[in-house]
Amino acid sequence: MHELPVINSILGIVLKHAAINQVKKIMAIHLQVGAFSDLDDMCMQQYFDYVSKGSLADGAKLVIERIPAVMRCTACGHSFEINLKDGTKPVCSECGGESHSLVSGREYTIKNMEVL
Amino acid sequence: MNDGVRLIEVKEDILADNTLMAKNLNAELTGTKTFLMNLMASPGAGKTTTILATLERITKDLKVGVMEADIDSKVDAEKIAAAGTEAIQIRTGGFCHMDATMVRTGLEAMDYKRFDLVILENVGNLVCPAEFETGAHMNAMILSVPEGDDKPLKYPLMFAVCQVLLVNKTDFLELTDFNMDVFKQRVLAINPEMKIFEISSRTGKGVDEWAEWLTAKVKSVIG
Repeated sequence: MHELPVINSILGIVLKHAAINQVKKIMAIHLQVGAFSDLDDMCMQQYFDYVSKGSLADGAKLVIERIPAVMRCTACGHSFEINLKDGTKPVCSECGGESHSLVSGREYTIKNMEVL
Repeated sequence: MNDGVRLIEVKEDILADNTLMAKNLNAELTGTKTFLMNLMASPGAGKTTTILATLERITKDLKVGVMEADIDSKVDAEKIAAAGTEAIQIRTGGFCHMDATMVRTGLEAMDYKRFDLVILENVGNLVCPAEFETGAHMNAMILSVPEGDDKPLKYPLMFAVCQVLLVNKTDFLELTDFNMDVFKQRVLAINPEMKIFEISSRTGKGVDEWAEWLTAKVKSVIG
């Protein structure tokens, strides 16, 4: 349900960059979205098609790259990917440490866009 | 056909505007010595009942205000006010979460500078509120026993963004197959730093301990 404010924000940012770069048409928008996000790809495209109608971004395709959830071991600094769905306690693959902090997985970034 | 297509680097955080507003709001709150707690949970997890049980135990030490956010209705704010604590009701009008701008509007309407602690009862769901920073000093969540011990697997972001978790309705434990050890392991897998309290807002079990911890936490920020 929270796709709409996210999509409105995407549209605002890409139109700003389109104006700066004297773009005629936005063809595709490349996004990086972390594994923690519940946003649904198809739903995002539908909302985007709706809010972008009549703008330079009308018809643009959202290309969504999912960024894995990665933790860094507090003890040895090693970074490793975790599976959010299996529920087992993550253990550092290098030293066996059990205390970690999140490095990635919460991204919401517009990487770049293909334009005419 | 693709002639003329060029690539423009954007590299912008989509939620940057809200994140910046939340940071600014948090700094202002700290400046006026007002601690904001963002409380999130599913509908029916016992948010309002837990707030009432908490207020009973903390209002002797802290001046507390409550901001109730719901899609529509004002029953929650009325319950809090009836119990003697100032409450404001935000009707989000269909929005599934509170963002920093909405929180600021609510705080200003309730003249927040008067309070040591403002409890924001966010819209009831485990998905959307987790995505938007509110300016709070602390995110807290409630997971009630009847919801099941598998929820960290289904809503990992919510469990990742909170610093404290109240496991409510522990008086139901015997009636369900909720496994507390497995549940805690699943929570700590996502968020190793999570502080967990087992409570029953209805019977009061465990609420004293939570209320004492919260009071100390608030005082550590507001001085």
